Amino acid sequence: MNTIYVRYCTAAVLLTCLSLGAQAQTLDSKFDAMLASGFTAQGIAGLDRLKQDPIQALCSDPEVRNTPAAQKVLIEEQTKAMAAIKPPTDGQYLGSWKAGEAIAQSGRGATWSDTTKAPNGGGCYNCHQINKQEISYGNIGPSLTGYGKTRGNSEAILTYTWNRINNSKAYNACSNMPRMAHFNLLTEQQIKDVMALLLDPESPVNK
Amino acid sequence: MQKRYAHFICASLLSLSAASPFAQTTSDEIAKYREMIADGNPSELYEMAGEELWKKPAGPKQATLEKCDLGLGPGVVDGAFAELPRYFKDTDRVQDLESRLMTCMQTLQGIAQADVVNSAFGKGLRKDIEAVVAYVVTHSKDMKINVPATHPKEKEMVALGKKMFFFQGGPMDFSCASCHSASNQRIRLQDLPDLTTQAGAALGWGSWPAYRVSSGEFWTMQRRLNDCFRQQRMPFPIYGSDVTIALSIFMANKGDGGIVQTPGLKR
Repeated sequence: MNTIYVRYCTAAVLLTCLSLGAQAQTLDSKFDAMLASGFTAQGIAGLDRLKQDPIQALCSDPEVRNTPAAQKVLIEEQTKAMAAIKPPTDGQYLGSWKAGEAIAQSGRGATWSDTTKAPNGGGCYNCHQINKQEISYGNIGPSLTGYGKTRGNSEAILTYTWNRINNSKAYNACSNMPRMAHFNLLTEQQIKDVMALLLDPESPVNK
Repeated sequence: MQKRYAHFICASLLSLSAASPFAQTTSDEIAKYREMIADGNPSELYEMAGEELWKKPAGPKQATLEKCDLGLGPGVVDGAFAELPRYFKDTDRVQDLESRLMTCMQTLQGIAQADVVNSAFGKGLRKDIEAVVAYVVTHSKDMKINVPATHPKEKEMVALGKKMFFFQGGPMDFSCASCHSASNQRIRLQDLPDLTTQAGAALGWGSWPAYRVSSGEFWTMQRRLNDCFRQQRMPFPIYGSDVTIALSIFMANKGDGGIVQTPGLKR
């Protein structure tokens, strides 16, 4: 974060900049101390979860993240994220929409009260409208009702949707959507099943 | 008589089912429930137990909490919660209600803070604190949230709380802001207050602690925050830690001037 403050320093504003930078640094170090003393590991939720990767660090600062310097880094991170996405091992994008519906319904997984024994859910309905029969849906993400019907399932749509679910940050580094494959939240088969829920013409999403 | 009652129920069910499922949000249902039990929020039971605990000698020193200073002077309960969290000179810390009660239990009653921190929500010493919280917050009901954060240490905690609010981490990249920084957002059918606005923060901060119908328990703000962190997939926030106090004063300060509606009633 400090590098960003420094990059904005020109000779004319150097002094102001340095003092602002110093204040920010004091707050940053106090924040780090507060974080370090504020949590304990519990179940599967270890303290490593507080160590931010570059995307989390930059997206956490609403004032910094839209600066040109931060944007440059975030675009590099998007490129890296995109390059790391693996296509389906057998070339098949679509699994079972029925299994996908169950995955979309389940919001379980990855909390300190969960175990790694039960499969994670995708938690999709938490934020998206999907099958319009399900009226209990959130609205943080866009509606996905009729997803395949309106977009078709061309190669371009298949890969875009695959990539979005695998790692949404490949398109928008500060997207609110979890990186499902990057953090092993969903397995490859589960992602295929969710793909089918969205794109299979037989899925209720497209009826 | 029974027949009349049955008619009444049928009519009520009809009026419920007649509404569109889309307009019928969970919040509408809860608003109805609130109206139904307006004269008897189950929090009152906790409040009564809390008042007894406040006045009952306890701990190694066998003292009561009646001399506890919640910010307005020793023993002053009326209006104290409306001005919390605040800076306390004796501890040289910004404290929320629950961390302040731990201080009082330690200094007045000789109960070690660690014993409270290491117990679980709804159990043992923590259960006692929860009841006392219900008692204290009820004595600020309908008052104005008064947390201007003028003391330098309060200002600093607000700034730290803001950083915590936007801090992303864990395997889902969530921060508080992921769900609470835009208006009219929902998880499933649950409305999410926008805690970056005065109105949203006043609503969010001002309606906790609350009785939760779904779990049948009284939840303090510490418990509310604990469950937010659980759902964020973060590690476990330590009871009364600065992380929780910073977030609390960030919300209370943002909602300054709003109305304390505690104890609230929640899904």
